Amino acid sequence: MSKIIVVTSGKGGVGKTTTSASFASGLAMRGHSAVVIDFDVGLRNLDLIMGCERRVVYDFVNVINGEATLRQALIKDKRLDNLSILPASQTRDKEALSKEGVGKVLDELRESFDYIVCDSPAGIERGALMALYYADEALVVTNPEVSSVRDSDRILGILGAKSKRAEEGAEPIREHLLVTRYSPQRVDQGEMLGVEDIRELLGIPLLGVVPESEAVLQASNAGVPVIHDSDSSSGQAYADAVARFLGEEVPMRFLEPEKKGFLKRIFGT
Amino acid sequence: MSFIDYFRRNRRKSASVAKERLQIILAREHADRDGPDFLPELKRELLEVVSRYVEIDLDQVNVTLERDGDYEVLELNVLLPDPSPRKRAAP
Repeated sequence: MSKIIVVTSGKGGVGKTTTSASFASGLAMRGHSAVVIDFDVGLRNLDLIMGCERRVVYDFVNVINGEATLRQALIKDKRLDNLSILPASQTRDKEALSKEGVGKVLDELRESFDYIVCDSPAGIERGALMALYYADEALVVTNPEVSSVRDSDRILGILGAKSKRAEEGAEPIREHLLVTRYSPQRVDQGEMLGVEDIRELLGIPLLGVVPESEAVLQASNAGVPVIHDSDSSSGQAYADAVARFLGEEVPMRFLEPEKKGFLKRIFGT
Repeated sequence: MSFIDYFRRNRRKSASVAKERLQIILAREHADRDGPDFLPELKRELLEVVSRYVEIDLDQVNVTLERDGDYEVLELNVLLPDPSPRKRAAP
């Protein structure tokens, strides 16, 4: 049975698209067939992060409206055979995503993919609501910062009230916390919320912590999901998170600041 | 934490301020979210009735529902302006 995973956060700029790209790639690297869908109608970006922007012909809204078949719209990832991308429309408005239309496309995708990763837009409007409506699992991407934590909490409320599972009284969506842009140094100095505080505030299990890293910008510049950069801390953190999602026991990394030299100990950074 | 930071420590750490603020606001938002659906409507109607007699703003009416074990307490708090101007003069 295939699974629908929504990558959501409420707040913008916290790393949803980066996470969607790396998570879907990670699932594919582990041998599962995966598709990643951009729900940000009007502000398409997943194609850039996945490095397939020049191969977009048809999009999600074309498929919903019957102007193209799924086969025509799906773009095969150039690095991983078992990964596909369904880009968002750049020209329509978000009202083009109807509940029935989205449901039909997802049902068709379920036939050929193990995992369907839905990259949610920011906010709590139609695109975001549609991205989470059919979800079985949710990755709640949160930065260690007050507005992000509050928005994540808000999204958790919506997952528990407005999703299909909630409406039908089915088993609730499984929620996972993914803390991104984490800086252990700043946490250590008392300038940043620690991961344990965030977990306690939001009350959902922790899937992973992705440290702030230059590699993320470099990956987006190049159009290669950061999980492919296995030398970088963020690439490794995403690989760990995927492994945990698949049920492996992997200890948390990148929670402690790097060891400082003698002079830094005296004078600070 | 460097050695020099040790002397600058009299200021409260901003992360603990952040956590405390979040605890308060999330608790409040959860209470609103988990409350019965009629609360906003009740608040609006109460406001309508009260404003027939006195001029008040929406943020001067506070309706809260608190759960305490088996019973629920509906608390209505209306802050009247001072001095209260009568909107309708007596006939």
